[in-house]
Amino acid sequence: MAELNSKVPDGPLEEKWTRHKASIRVVSPGNKKKLEIIVVGTGLAGSSAAATLGELGYNVKVFCISDSPRRAHSIAAQGGINAAKNYQNDNDSVYRLFYDTIKGGDYRSREANVYRLAEVSNQIIDQCVAQGVPFAREYGGLLANRSFGGAQVSRTFYAKGQTGQQLLLGAYGALNRQIHAGTVKCYPRHEMLELVLINGEAKGIIARNLITGGLERFGANAVVLATGGYGNTYFLSTNAMNCNGSAAWRCYQKGAFFANPCFAQIHPTCIPVHGDQQSKLTLMSESLRNDGRIWVPKSLDDVKAIREGKLKGSEVPEGRRDYFLERRYPAFGNLVPRDVASRAAKERCDAGYGINSTGLAVFLDFNTTIEQHGVDYIKSRYGNLFQMYRKITDQDPYKEPMMIYPAIHYTMGGLWVDYDLETTIPGLYAIGEANFSDHGGNRLGASALMQGLADGYFILPYTIGDYLAGKIMEPHTDINSPEFDEAEKAVQGRIGKIFDVAGKTPVDYFHKKLGKIMWEYVGMERNEAGLEKAIEEIRALRTEFWKDVRVPDSQYEFNQEMEKALRVADFFDIGELMAMDALQRRESCGGHFRSEMQTPDGETLRDDKHYMYVSAWEYKGQGVEPEMHKEPLEFKYCKVAERNYKD
Amino acid sequence: MNFNLKIWRQKNSHARGHFENYSVEGISPDTSFLEMLDILNDNLIRNGGSPVAFDHDCREGICGMCSLYINGEAHGPDSLVTTCQLFMRRFKDGSTITIEPWRHPAFPVIKDLVVDREAFDKIMQAGGYINVNTGGVPDANTIPVSKVNADLAMDAAACIGCGACVATCKNGSAMLFISARVSALSLLPQGKADAAMRVKAMIDEADKLGFGTCTNTRACEMECPKGIKISNIARLNREWLKAKFKD
Repeated sequence: MAELNSKVPDGPLEEKWTRHKASIRVVSPGNKKKLEIIVVGTGLAGSSAAATLGELGYNVKVFCISDSPRRAHSIAAQGGINAAKNYQNDNDSVYRLFYDTIKGGDYRSREANVYRLAEVSNQIIDQCVAQGVPFAREYGGLLANRSFGGAQVSRTFYAKGQTGQQLLLGAYGALNRQIHAGTVKCYPRHEMLELVLINGEAKGIIARNLITGGLERFGANAVVLATGGYGNTYFLSTNAMNCNGSAAWRCYQKGAFFANPCFAQIHPTCIPVHGDQQSKLTLMSESLRNDGRIWVPKSLDDVKAIREGKLKGSEVPEGRRDYFLERRYPAFGNLVPRDVASRAAKERCDAGYGINSTGLAVFLDFNTTIEQHGVDYIKSRYGNLFQMYRKITDQDPYKEPMMIYPAIHYTMGGLWVDYDLETTIPGLYAIGEANFSDHGGNRLGASALMQGLADGYFILPYTIGDYLAGKIMEPHTDINSPEFDEAEKAVQGRIGKIFDVAGKTPVDYFHKKLGKIMWEYVGMERNEAGLEKAIEEIRALRTEFWKDVRVPDSQYEFNQEMEKALRVADFFDIGELMAMDALQRRESCGGHFRSEMQTPDGETLRDDKHYMYVSAWEYKGQGVEPEMHKEPLEFKYCKVAERNYKD
Repeated sequence: MNFNLKIWRQKNSHARGHFENYSVEGISPDTSFLEMLDILNDNLIRNGGSPVAFDHDCREGICGMCSLYINGEAHGPDSLVTTCQLFMRRFKDGSTITIEPWRHPAFPVIKDLVVDREAFDKIMQAGGYINVNTGGVPDANTIPVSKVNADLAMDAAACIGCGACVATCKNGSAMLFISARVSALSLLPQGKADAAMRVKAMIDEADKLGFGTCTNTRACEMECPKGIKISNIARLNREWLKAKFKD
C-alpha cells in the first residue's frame, strides 16, 4: 500500500509556503532547456501553467481537445475571482479568506493548501491586471468588487458576467506568447487516451489526433494533468459537452489515487430543466444573489395559480412571499454557500412549492433592487446574463422574476495530490479542478478561478522544479520504448472493443440514462438504499452498453461519436466510484447530504469523529473492488465548528 | 414541430462536399438548434447512417466553438446569439433549413460542418497579448484605469473568436476579430508599451494567412453574436497608422 504522505511542511501556517519555497530545489536555466513537460488541458490551470513553465525556459507540450486553447470550459465561468486584497476596507485578510474557504468546504480540505491558496490570491489579481484583463472599475479608476456566497466581505473581482472568459484570454495570451517564442508547442484537437509510466514514473502520454484519428506518442520528464472535473457523469450539468473525466481516470487506473469522488457541487441558480430533448443546463451566475432575492409563495393556492398560468410571479404581493433563505439564514441571507442554497430550494420544492409545471423551480427576483437602483444598475452588472436568460426561456427577467433550480456544476473531488500538487504517481501532477485539494466538501463561489490560476501561475511552476531538479541527468524519454508500445496497444484495444460491440443504440442514450441514475441517487440527497441501488443500476447499464452501443464510421477519421463512447465508458466507472464513496461516508458534509444524517431542522450533520479524512481510492484492476485509503485531516489553525450561516 | 434540413456533407478536407436532405419530426419549440441536430444524429445512428459532424462545446454562447451558417446567415436568423442559443421557436414549422459550414480558404473544412480555425490562433500567437511574464508585476491598484475605458475594453474583449465575421465578410476579412483584441489591449494603460508591435504583428500575420481587407460594409458587425462594434476597426486602423508612423 502506497503511503499517503501529504508532505505538508513544518512551521506555523503563515510561514509554511515561504519556508517550503526556500527549501525546495530549483533548476538552472541551462538545465531547464533540456527538460520537457507535458501539460494536458488548457483551461485556467493548464494554460497558466504551460505559459509560466515556458517562460521559465522548460520545453512544454500542451494538449487540448478543442480546436483552440481558448475554448476550454473555464471560459464559461461568469461571476468572478476571489482575492484577499481588502480593497474595500471591510476587514478582509488572507486569514479570513482561508477561514471562509475551510468553513465553506465544511472542514474537509487541507489547511496548509487552503492557506497557501489564500496567500497567493492577491498575486493573481496583480498578474491578470498586468495582462490586460478588463476587470470592473470604479469611477476613480480603481478595481471594483462584489460579494459572493459564504463570505461577509466583498472580495470578488469581476469582468461583467464573463470573468472566466477574460481570465482565460489573459492566460491564453500568455500561452500564445510562449508558443510564438517556441518554448511551448500546442496540440489542439488532441485527446489524451493513456498515461505512460516508465519505472513507475510518469513519462508521457498517448493522444489521439481527433482529425486524423491516429494515435500519437509524446514523451517528457513530467506530466501535468489539468483536465477539469467529472461533472458530466450526470449528463445534464453546467459543464461543456466535451468536459470529461477520462484523462484523470486513465491516471487513476495507472496508480494515481482518486480523492473524495462523491463531493460534487450542485449550483443553486441554473435555468430549470425543460424537457427530454435537452442536452445541457445553463448557469445563472451566483453574483445575481448580490441583488436578487430567492422566494416561493407562502401558500399552495398561489403556487397552483402560478403553475396554471393564472397568476404571475410579479403579481404575488410581498406579504404572500416566502424568502426562504432570508428566513432560515438571517446572517447570510441570499448569500449562503451553494450547497446550503441548493438544499433549501429542494426542500421547498419537495414540500410542493415549486413554481413551474414540473414543480422543480423557485423564483430569483430583482424587483427590490430595480425599485431601489433602477433598471440600468442591473443592466450594467448583469446585462449579458439577463439577455442569456431571455434567449433561452423567451421571458423577460426585467419584468418577471427568473425561475431557477439547482444543477450539477463542479466536482470538488479529483486526483489526490500532496502539498506539491503531485499525485501518488511520481512525476504526475494534477492542478485546477482535476485535483481535490482545496475545496473540501463544498467550493465557495469565485474560488475555482482562484484555485486554477494559483496552481498554474504560482504553485506548480515552483514545486515541479523540485522534482525536475533530480532529472537533469535523465536521458531523453524514448517514445519507441516497450512501455509506449504497450500503452498504445492498450488504447488500440479499447478502441477496437468499442467498435466491436456493433450494437444498435447511440451513446447518448446510455449517457442520459446514467445521468438519471446519478441525479436520482447520487445527487442532492443520498441514502444507503439509494446508493446501493445506484451501484447496481450503473453496473447493469454498463453491461447493456457493452452489448448494444453503436459507434458509427471508423477510427481513422474525425469521429465525435467515438470520442463520446470512450468517455461515457469511463463515466460508468466514475459514477460507480462516486456512489461507493458516498456510501462509505455516513455523514453529511458540504454538498454530500446523507438523508440519514441531518439535524432536526434539516441541516447537514457532520461526523467529525469518524469521517474527518480524505478518502483516497486505489485502483486494483477491472472488476475488482478498489481499496480506500485515508488521509486524516487536522485543524490546528481554525476551530472546527458546526457550519453556521444563521447568526 | 417538423423541419426539412439541407445539410452540407463532406467526408474530409480532401473530399468533395455536397448537400443532403433530411427531415426531423416532433421537435419542441424550446429545443435548441444544436439539440435538434442531436436528434437528427440519433435517428441517423439508429438507422445505420453516419451522423453529421458539427463543432459545439459549452452550449451557452461563450466558448465560440459552434459555427453554423444557417439559411445564409452566420449563427442563423436571431441577432446577438451563437447557434447554441438559437431555439427552434425562431423557425416556421414545416420549413426547410439550409445548414453549411463557415466558408473561407483560411478555414478549411475538416468534416461536414466542422472547420479548422487555427488561423485565428496564429494571429493571436503573432502578438495578441501584453508582453509580461508571470510574477514581478505591480499591485493591481497602482494602475488606475478610467471606468469608461475599462468598460470599452470589456466590450471589445467580449469577442469569442467564433469566426462569424470572417464567414460573413465579402472580403473574407478578419479585421473585426483582430480589432477586438487590439482595442481591448490598447484602451488600457498596461497595453500601451507594446501596442505598436502588437498591431503590426497581428495584421501582418492575417495578411500572410490570406484574410482580406476591410471595406466597411459592416456585415461583420450585423452578424457578430457578441455585438462587437466596427468602431473597434477604426481604433485598429488608428493604432496601425500610429505604429507605421513610428517605423
